[in-house]
Amino acid sequence: MALFDKHALLEKHSMLLTVGILVVVAIGGIIEIAPLFYLSNTIERVNGMRPYTPLELAGREIYVREGCYVCHSQMVRPLRDEVERYGHYSLAAESMYDHPFQWGSKRTGPDLARVGGKYSDEWHMDHMRDPRSVVPESIMPPYTFMVDRPLDFSQVQQTMQAMRLVGVPYTDAMIENAEYDLLAQANPDFYPNSGDYDGALVDRYTEASGREGTVTVRAFDGDAENITEMDAMIAYLQMLGTLVDFETYEADSLQNRR
Amino acid sequence: MATTTMQKNGIDFSVLTVGLFVGVFTLLALMVAAWSPDPLFNIHGWLSLGMSLVAILAICFWAANRKDGKLFDETQYEDTLIKWGVGVSMFWGVVGILVGFVIAMQLTFPSLLYFEEFGFLNFGRLRPLHTSAVIFAFGGNVLLATSFHVVQRTCRTRIAGGMWPWFVFWGYQAFIVLAATGYVMGVTAGREYAEPEWYVDLWLTIVWVAYLLVFLGTIWKRKEPHIYVANWFYLAFIVTIAMLHIVNNLAVPISPLSSQSVSLMAGVQDALTQWWYGHNAVGFFLTAGFLAIMYYYIPKRAERPVFSYRLSIVHFWALIFIYIWAGPHHLHYTALPQWAQTLGMTFSIMLWMPSWGGMINGLMTLSGAWDKLRTDPVIRMMVVSLAFYGMSTFEGPLMSVRAVNSLSHYTDWTIGHVHSGALGWVGFISFGALYCLAQWMWKRDRLYSANMVEWHFWTATIGIVLYICSMWVSGIMEGLMWRAYNEFGFLEYTFVETVEAKHISYIIRSLGGLLYLVGALIMSFNIYMTAKGKTRKGEEDHVHAPTNDGIPARAEAVPAE
Repeated sequence: MALFDKHALLEKHSMLLTVGILVVVAIGGIIEIAPLFYLSNTIERVNGMRPYTPLELAGREIYVREGCYVCHSQMVRPLRDEVERYGHYSLAAESMYDHPFQWGSKRTGPDLARVGGKYSDEWHMDHMRDPRSVVPESIMPPYTFMVDRPLDFSQVQQTMQAMRLVGVPYTDAMIENAEYDLLAQANPDFYPNSGDYDGALVDRYTEASGREGTVTVRAFDGDAENITEMDAMIAYLQMLGTLVDFETYEADSLQNRR
Repeated sequence: MATTTMQKNGIDFSVLTVGLFVGVFTLLALMVAAWSPDPLFNIHGWLSLGMSLVAILAICFWAANRKDGKLFDETQYEDTLIKWGVGVSMFWGVVGILVGFVIAMQLTFPSLLYFEEFGFLNFGRLRPLHTSAVIFAFGGNVLLATSFHVVQRTCRTRIAGGMWPWFVFWGYQAFIVLAATGYVMGVTAGREYAEPEWYVDLWLTIVWVAYLLVFLGTIWKRKEPHIYVANWFYLAFIVTIAMLHIVNNLAVPISPLSSQSVSLMAGVQDALTQWWYGHNAVGFFLTAGFLAIMYYYIPKRAERPVFSYRLSIVHFWALIFIYIWAGPHHLHYTALPQWAQTLGMTFSIMLWMPSWGGMINGLMTLSGAWDKLRTDPVIRMMVVSLAFYGMSTFEGPLMSVRAVNSLSHYTDWTIGHVHSGALGWVGFISFGALYCLAQWMWKRDRLYSANMVEWHFWTATIGIVLYICSMWVSGIMEGLMWRAYNEFGFLEYTFVETVEAKHISYIIRSLGGLLYLVGALIMSFNIYMTAKGKTRKGEEDHVHAPTNDGIPARAEAVPAE
């Protein structure tokens, strides 16, 4: 067949072959990915969503560092059993500030998209320290070291600056006060020894969220004096999936159907 | 010519440029080691500094021992590099499989294998180590070694670039060391199969561009009019992986002196980019690259031409065009728009055709040589790898159907599917090619022991069967348990009951992994003894295996019909 003979041209010209390959493999990705930056349901804003506070962000970094995403998903699918087991199905907007996304691909452990508020801080403490002390059949590794290890937040401000660069709406005040905000969220009585701190952590992030009650201040690991990795981890876990108020979100409205 | 004079003086242009490159990286590593406030980045600075200094010493030592002034003999193939490739592939293979066995045991016996004092040995950190070690360290080195072998033989010329192929090889090992140590220390970008942080990604990009140029350079000076079909696949693999790697790892480092970065995209856009990458790491790294191996080593070993030239053309273009669309099937029922999910599913089902076309082209190459399945365990290994390829490329499209995926997603079924492809297809075709290379590169008329290849074949095959069957059982079981309702309309099982129910399957899976590891160890010994030039007692009169002398079976892609 004549068409097959023409293929000899590609077999004799390496650059033609290389460019041909590049064109052929570029098409699918462009058609599938590019529209996601323009379609309204992938870039929608939902009331309640706000950037992570510095403490939650530090917790999220630990979550990523420990590879939690290899066993826990953060994406509830709109299937009856999942919605009953985990809560309202996940919205695109709920991971809009996740750099990188943590949807996961495997549930060796349960989904965590809506774990926030489901268990007490004490339960999380016990569970992270020794998972089998609260769930005997669990196969999760122990994270005992988080209990005592002081949280290293020397890079949290830089991380927030980098996130602002890629589109997370951190304000100047949020970045300026990052370290104080972090200390203040894990210690209700926090008062800086030096410098001036406006103490406006809750106001700042509530304003960004547009909804009351999305920022909680407490000693997450029960010890307000020392800021440990456990503080950050529990602060992150306890806010997961709690930002959007599903009593006011109209899942059945036409633009939210999927 | 300038290069010729320089070569006479014992210095070659490529040695100079490689030396200069390594010198620059030594300085960069020194800067990181001296100035980075980030302790983990600091350790990587020192590690890189050490590796650069060893490289510089090695280059000096090597150059000093070339007194005849002939650095790169254009009349000879570069085979020493490929011998290194065979050894290093086996090393990383054993390491990767061993880590896989350890983490399988951690999930089976968590109380025994987690240590409170050693948090860095937890599953979450070792799992990326396992996946990267087997895919990128073992698979990647097999692809490097075989591509350097195939491109030289089918172009009938020495590999281009003088010292640059050596830079590619050792630069790639440095990438592996940085990535692996990073995972254990907790340096990760948090993207599955793309965990290395920004600076390791940049380093790999440099190595990869050098790889592309070395490969193309060899093709440019070929002494055959046609570019052989295996090289199309290698080229598609190199070009596409470059594209995927660069786009998926776009990130902003939080500071030039910090190991951490923030990914450019977030949420839905990030998810699809990641799975566009993730699925095509399968499509181009683990499929196109290994199909190139199939297109050279099966015809060579069977001493038969490729079954159909036309099928290889159709198979090639269809495969690379369709594969790239399949990523969204990893995101069924998620917040990704449904049209994208449907596109991903549709193209995944269409992939059945080119996948099986390739399998048929490989299998039918055995036409007239089927008796070799009895006499040559190496070719049997490669043929069985095609059977596994056919099976997992049948299972994959099935699992990409939304209704099936609603059950299979998030379960062990996916793990089983991946391993039937990885252990069966990628593993066996690699083992076959490595057995060929061990014999051919060290110029032996046979392997140390064909019986040990038999042992390897059967332990590994039984291991795979145990692995995938146990994962089918546990995956489908947990999927059904998650969605089970009792007579009152409540969920029947708690999550942890499904974990408990999988325990027996996990024991069987670990056993399967152990058998596969034993097989790899048997192979390592066999290859080591072959390289040493030994023949096992009692096997001296075994049938001679085909050698690699002379012109390749099908250097020009002439129709076989």
